[in-house]
Amino acid sequence: MGEFNVHRVRFFDYMPSAIRALAFQPQRERIAVARTDGTVEIFNRADCFFQEKVIPGRQQAATEALAWVGDRLFSAGLNGEIIEYDLDNNKTKYTIDAYGGPIWSITSNKQGTHLAVGCEDGTVKLFEVHEDRIQFERNLAKQKGRIISLSWHPSGSKIVAGMMDVIHIFDTETGQSVQRLLVDRGVGTSRSQECVVWSVVYLSDGTIISGDSAGKVKMWDSRTGTLIKSHQVTKWDVLTLSVSQDETSLAVGTSEGHVVQFQFLSMVLGQEDKEWVRTRTFKNHTHDVRAVLEVNTAIVSGGMDTQFVVRPLLDKIDERGQASALRNIQFPHRRLVSCARKAGLLLFQYPGHLELWRYYSNGEEHICCSAVSPCGGWIAYSTVASFRLYRLHCENNNVSIIKVSKLPKVLSSANQICFSSDSSHLFVASTLLIFYLPSSSQGSGQAINLLAASEDGKWLASANSDHEVQIYNLNKMKPHCTVPVHSSGVSAMAIHPTTNNLFMVHADQQLTEYSVEKKQYTDWSRQVQRHGLHSLWLERDTPVTNVTFNPKNPAHIVLHDMYMFCIIDQTLPLPDQRSQFYNQLTLRSMPEKERKKHSHAFKMCKIFKELLFVELMEDQSLVVVERPLMDITAQLPAPVRQKKFAT
Amino acid sequence: IGIGVVIRIIVCRSSNPSDWSELSEFLLCASGDLVKVFSTSTEECVHVLEGHTGQVTGVILNPTNHLQVYSCSADGTIRLWDFIDGILIKIFVCGWPIFSIYVSEKHVGIAFITIHMEKNFQLVALHLPKVPEQEVEAREMSAVLCNISSNPGSTAMGRGGEYVASVMGRQLTVYFFKKLKTYRFSLKATDKKGAKNAFTCVACHPKDDCIATGHEDGKIRLWRNFNQKKEYTYSTQHWHHDAVGTLCFTTEGMHLLSGGVESVLVQWHCEEVNKKDFLPRLGGAISHICVSPDGQMYSTSHLDNKINIIHCSLKLSAVIQGLVKGNIWTDLMIDPRTRALVMNGRPGHLQFYSLQQDKQLYSLDIVQQEYINQEGLDQFEVMRAAFSVGGTWLATVEERGRCTSDLESSLKLWVYNEKAQSFELNTTITAAHQDRIMHMCFSPSTETTMLVTTAWDNQFKVWLLGLDSDTQKEHASWSCDYVGSYHGLQPTNCCFSSDGSLLAVSFKEVVTIWSSDTWELLTTLCQPPGPIRELCFGRLSCSKYLLGTTAKNLFCWNLLTCSLEWSTPMDVCLLRSDPLSENVVAFSLHSGNTDLFVFRPSEPRPLFTQKAVCGGKVQRCVFSPREEPLDSCDERFQWLNRSRLYFLTELMELLTFSTKAEDERILNSRKQLLVDDSVAVTPFYLLLGKHRQQQEEKQNSGVSQAADRVQPPQASVAIKELLHTPAHVLPAASFLCSMFVNSLLISNTGSRYGSLRFC
Repeated sequence: MGEFNVHRVRFFDYMPSAIRALAFQPQRERIAVARTDGTVEIFNRADCFFQEKVIPGRQQAATEALAWVGDRLFSAGLNGEIIEYDLDNNKTKYTIDAYGGPIWSITSNKQGTHLAVGCEDGTVKLFEVHEDRIQFERNLAKQKGRIISLSWHPSGSKIVAGMMDVIHIFDTETGQSVQRLLVDRGVGTSRSQECVVWSVVYLSDGTIISGDSAGKVKMWDSRTGTLIKSHQVTKWDVLTLSVSQDETSLAVGTSEGHVVQFQFLSMVLGQEDKEWVRTRTFKNHTHDVRAVLEVNTAIVSGGMDTQFVVRPLLDKIDERGQASALRNIQFPHRRLVSCARKAGLLLFQYPGHLELWRYYSNGEEHICCSAVSPCGGWIAYSTVASFRLYRLHCENNNVSIIKVSKLPKVLSSANQICFSSDSSHLFVASTLLIFYLPSSSQGSGQAINLLAASEDGKWLASANSDHEVQIYNLNKMKPHCTVPVHSSGVSAMAIHPTTNNLFMVHADQQLTEYSVEKKQYTDWSRQVQRHGLHSLWLERDTPVTNVTFNPKNPAHIVLHDMYMFCIIDQTLPLPDQRSQFYNQLTLRSMPEKERKKHSHAFKMCKIFKELLFVELMEDQSLVVVERPLMDITAQLPAPVRQKKFAT
Repeated sequence: IGIGVVIRIIVCRSSNPSDWSELSEFLLCASGDLVKVFSTSTEECVHVLEGHTGQVTGVILNPTNHLQVYSCSADGTIRLWDFIDGILIKIFVCGWPIFSIYVSEKHVGIAFITIHMEKNFQLVALHLPKVPEQEVEAREMSAVLCNISSNPGSTAMGRGGEYVASVMGRQLTVYFFKKLKTYRFSLKATDKKGAKNAFTCVACHPKDDCIATGHEDGKIRLWRNFNQKKEYTYSTQHWHHDAVGTLCFTTEGMHLLSGGVESVLVQWHCEEVNKKDFLPRLGGAISHICVSPDGQMYSTSHLDNKINIIHCSLKLSAVIQGLVKGNIWTDLMIDPRTRALVMNGRPGHLQFYSLQQDKQLYSLDIVQQEYINQEGLDQFEVMRAAFSVGGTWLATVEERGRCTSDLESSLKLWVYNEKAQSFELNTTITAAHQDRIMHMCFSPSTETTMLVTTAWDNQFKVWLLGLDSDTQKEHASWSCDYVGSYHGLQPTNCCFSSDGSLLAVSFKEVVTIWSSDTWELLTTLCQPPGPIRELCFGRLSCSKYLLGTTAKNLFCWNLLTCSLEWSTPMDVCLLRSDPLSENVVAFSLHSGNTDLFVFRPSEPRPLFTQKAVCGGKVQRCVFSPREEPLDSCDERFQWLNRSRLYFLTELMELLTFSTKAEDERILNSRKQLLVDDSVAVTPFYLLLGKHRQQQEEKQNSGVSQAADRVQPPQASVAIKELLHTPAHVLPAASFLCSMFVNSLLISNTGSRYGSLRFC
């Protein structure tokens, strides 16, 4: 199999930011995630929670809440602005100031006609959703104190607002407050502190559920304004609530890091009388759970510990498989590291700056993509607003950097950047078009999120978030062909240097290989499809984020995900379901002759910590960029103190 | 009067399934092959429902008549009793040994029983036929659940008898009677943290459809929606650090009670799952909890043969403590003062158990350290104990680290304080010997107070109460007077002659005789092969004889001639002499059974033999002096006249020999405790009416005189009621005075041991 010199790189101090809000779009099964740095990520629930899109944030954007209206995504933040996103091009579409001070919450009604925002000045502002913009309609009766949380009644005629110590119910027709529910403060020392109603939910049967800083989840009857039941869920704060689509299950996120599930159950089987009963507790977070979502078959949660956790509800899932696995998404599903293979340089992409052995930094806008050329002579990066290219000179530890000024005007921003293997060309995937130096070619519908150029400079492959993969002939400057659309998005791809086969790894862990010249799947790829992959391979919960090839042995393909890296030997037989999948240790103990019998195409290696990047260099040495999760948790603020048994 | 010897099982109240009467007035409890009815206010046993011939495995109230109780037994019968009057109403013969019983209001005339059938345990519905005869064959049964656990706590009837839930291994099975449908819910073998998920017990909510299950790792799961294959749900609570022993919902379903090894009763609030209340330090591990039908009282039964009766506000209201079962390391002893049986009780305690009243008098804390209820900890235990002749002194040895090499032990000497009416610690000698103390005894002579200990460090030590120092007599403490050894051999037993002048110490095969005045080695006796197991001097007229046993022989030496008087080939495992007569009892294990021999050292022919007294080995035995001698004329039973023999079997059952006449008397005395139903029970009635009635009876016939006399004064009914009645309902003190004083008077025939123990 061969041995490699390994360079373990641990100086990439990548630090994801905390999750602040989650929103679910049920029709297209997309989940929007807002982070504290203003980044918005779109995950596809149907496609193994693959991170399809990343909309980079800005320094001051303190996003507080997200709301879907149909296919459109809105966010609001403490800077007082409402943002609508352009999901095709991964950028903000427009920004509107609500003129009510910091905005704490934004929700849309079920009909999709209105947005309500809750402001610091105590007003609930209604916005009408038009086709291309939103239009301020009116204020509901102004209250004292800030509006922390909002929820529409499914009929759209009423809206409930959680404030300090009080919950108000507004009639949206008249704009008047129709009920006022007083919320108890906590006992003891917290009695002097105001009780913050962090989250409210208005159910269709008129029940209002509130979660507050006294640690209670309360059920209210909105018609009479009375408390039905109060559950003390935690000693600390209840931060977030989310009810399932059918209103039978409620997920509660607390600042202990627990997610508690309530279910609407009949106390006597077969009878109609139902009550909210506390059932399960999930302890997947170490810090505050700031956002929680009840998606049909899973509870999705995120919080201060930056993890995006998908906890499947096993009672809703019929069979074991991708959907029944607990997912813990910590790293982005894309590359943050680029490597100059020939020059041996690594470029790290941080939200605010780039690091090439640490020297480059940038302004307030976040970087969405970056690349370094294989020869090490060029660096390119793009923010939402601008694209930059730099000339790099490295001589005897003296590094000089010159900005290339005369770029074509069309290059205003880019979604993906890629250099050709001889560094003579730069490929930039912009919103709709592909440019390359010095001339340009035409692109397709959705924003491109992956680019791959062939070694000989003849081919370029691009993949977008609609799962489409296009191949361009660079000599003719024309689209060459389209790869048949696979049901799952491409998480990593590369063109083989010798055979010019496009090797793709999908979010559902499937592997395909497409011959660019023959415009068809290769025999090996067909064999994989026919034979099926090993269940242990399919059960991995992180997508492959990088594909490279071994220059010495063309049959070897090097892949990695967060927990392992793997070399696929295309000459060896595929493992069948019964064979031992992780067999490297047993193989090593076997005599030479017997090894052949038991070896299979997948050589897995799990000795490294959490991986961000693996690349095979020219001189057969392996560069491994690790980011141990321990280091990330060490940088997080201290969690709330909890008594542990026997301590 | 026909006198026959009966072997009476005194105490074997096993892990007791118990139940409450309707008004939480009586607690019913299975105890061996009996069902005992306890009064909750007086803690007295008011009835013993006798009749089963095997272990009683379940007691449950008749759901249609709350004055009746069903009991099931391993003898294959279900009996229906009227427990108020103690009358057997019906016997249903099922034919299979029954392991547990469940009934429900909805299934009238049907009892659900667990039986062993086709290599597994099954829950079957047994039809109880309605016929006028007392004894009925009940053969009509239909299987409900197969392959269940035999533990009564692992099956429970659901709300209103709609369903039955049973747990076994890692599976919960729910069977719905109406739909005839079974649902099974399994847990994974272990989760990632290595928790043990196996079920231990189950309980069903009385009003809601909610099943609570206890687990091996201490978790409690509350299951709901269990009429669905997939969409069932449960919530998990965790407080117990060890397996949950038992679960029980209160009558209205407001609370869930749980208990386990920790010996803490946990009361969970069903409405607010995070809230819970605790009642700690109840005794041994909790094995069973039950709630009275009116919800006022809870009872917990413990593995150490204890029942706590707890008010629903979690206040301990009464304790019924039987003989504490557990590891017995000490000998059985009789406290000369109270004539109570003394042995290991709660961990680190000695229990004083009154054999006459069949209840614990008190428990003496020897170790004086908090006992931690957790398995696998090495904690101090009382290993040896001995009383001086008058009962003034008590010597105890406690040890820790027996399994590991670092042994910690201390010898404690306790003096009886007349004022405080209890033992007080006088001297603590840490590491009295280098190694474990094997045996110790007090000198029987009245002049000196002397204690001899033998230990594995090849020495025996003599301890004396030191009066030499300038301090006063009250502060006298014990110190070592003499250290003896013999050729570096290990001493095993030691024994004083009845006058205290001679001390015999056995060193392996050699018996050495020492003078207790000069500590001079007088002579050695040796009868190989085999080391000496037991050593015992004869009493009274036989005090010149010394008895010793080896694995093969029983020897009797005459100390005047220093020669062997007689020997007999016999494997004696236990040898004891009666302090009030010349009789010696020997137990010998023969083909799995233990035989008993009573003989006098002077004549090698036994006075009395009883083959196969019990199965297995007899562990300990003791002679308890009678308060008044029996005048039995039958020669075979004359050895029972002065003292009574108690012995402890392998199964920790305490057995004794008693005559028929004695049994009847005990029965009589028990009946007195009954409250007559015909009169309204007011405090006044209890106090006066009852007492007058007794007096009338006494005048009319002197029959109950004898029974009355055996009652020690403190058990007198009048005083008891006086003390138990609230002050505000008592009549004027002047009215009570004469009655009270009268009841204190002890007739002249009372024994010299009788002392007043109330203050």
